[in-house]
Amino acid sequence: MADRHPLFMPLIFVGGLIFGFGLGFSHMARPEVVLNFLQFEDFGLLFVMGGAAVVTGLAFALVPRLRERAPLTGDTYGRRLKSFDRNVLIGGGIFGVGWGLSGICPGAAYASLGVGNVTILWALAGMFVGAYVQGVWRSQRAASESTPTGAD
Amino acid sequence: MAPELIAPALYETLFPAGISRYAVGGLLVGLGAVVIYLGTGIAAGASTFLESTLSYVSDQSRFQRYVSSRDWRVVFTLGIVGGAALYALTFQSGLVSSGLYEPGTTGELREVGGFTIWLTDVQPWRLFLGGILVGIGTRIGKGCTSGHGVCGVGSASKTSIVGVITFLTVAIGTAQIVMALGVSP
Repeated sequence: MADRHPLFMPLIFVGGLIFGFGLGFSHMARPEVVLNFLQFEDFGLLFVMGGAAVVTGLAFALVPRLRERAPLTGDTYGRRLKSFDRNVLIGGGIFGVGWGLSGICPGAAYASLGVGNVTILWALAGMFVGAYVQGVWRSQRAASESTPTGAD
Repeated sequence: MAPELIAPALYETLFPAGISRYAVGGLLVGLGAVVIYLGTGIAAGASTFLESTLSYVSDQSRFQRYVSSRDWRVVFTLGIVGGAALYALTFQSGLVSSGLYEPGTTGELREVGGFTIWLTDVQPWRLFLGGILVGIGTRIGKGCTSGHGVCGVGSASKTSIVGVITFLTVAIGTAQIVMALGVSP
């Protein structure tokens, strides 16, 4: 960590700023607007997720052909590929119930705090509780099986 | 997709707040992820922050595996909070306006020292209980709306596409049931 490029953290911060500004501008930081989508009253959310995925899709497809390694880490450019197993369905289902009940997901919750919505601390507290509970449970299960867990 | 391509009444029904704020916001969300990717090669998601930050206070192996990335994930999250605050200082406060930005009518706006903050009307129990399930589900399911929905779909990852279809379908069903039960807001 000490040998990180001096621009690594500033770049992460700037990327986060743009990301968070976009979540605010698109009203995704407002649970009501997400719930309006899920209740079929405003389909705008499709343009947020679609617009963002088009931009990342272009970058993930083009950048690896133009350059081999990222300048600030020396890591090779790749895509975000995760192995498929039933956890994707189980976790996605649990996440879906939570998202449908509250209208808030992690990135939008951080942004919601930024627009002044202190009430969202309820959701953030819940997310930490949920992440903690599943982490303790999975850590202990992994320890009792004493076999390495699969790739995440 | 220009509004005139579909019937105005249908457009008004599907997109009562227009599409520009959503599309522009989405492009910015993607751009933020791409800026980080260009410099570092990292395809970042927002939900890992929950577990990586818990590694500061818990020795559980599930959290300790994220020790090497926990510092930059804190910086990423602070950036998201700061970027949203910049939006609040400008567009939300009315200091800056644009034909691409539709202010909206949800929740409550409140003036705090010349700065307009926004507060949700969604009830705390929904946020807290929903938050717990989001915290469990995103971590077991290997990603959230940004990790699977933006970076994973952008990577044409089959796992992420299946993940998005799963949580989107279940969320729509849940929200419809909650609405049918008369819970509002």
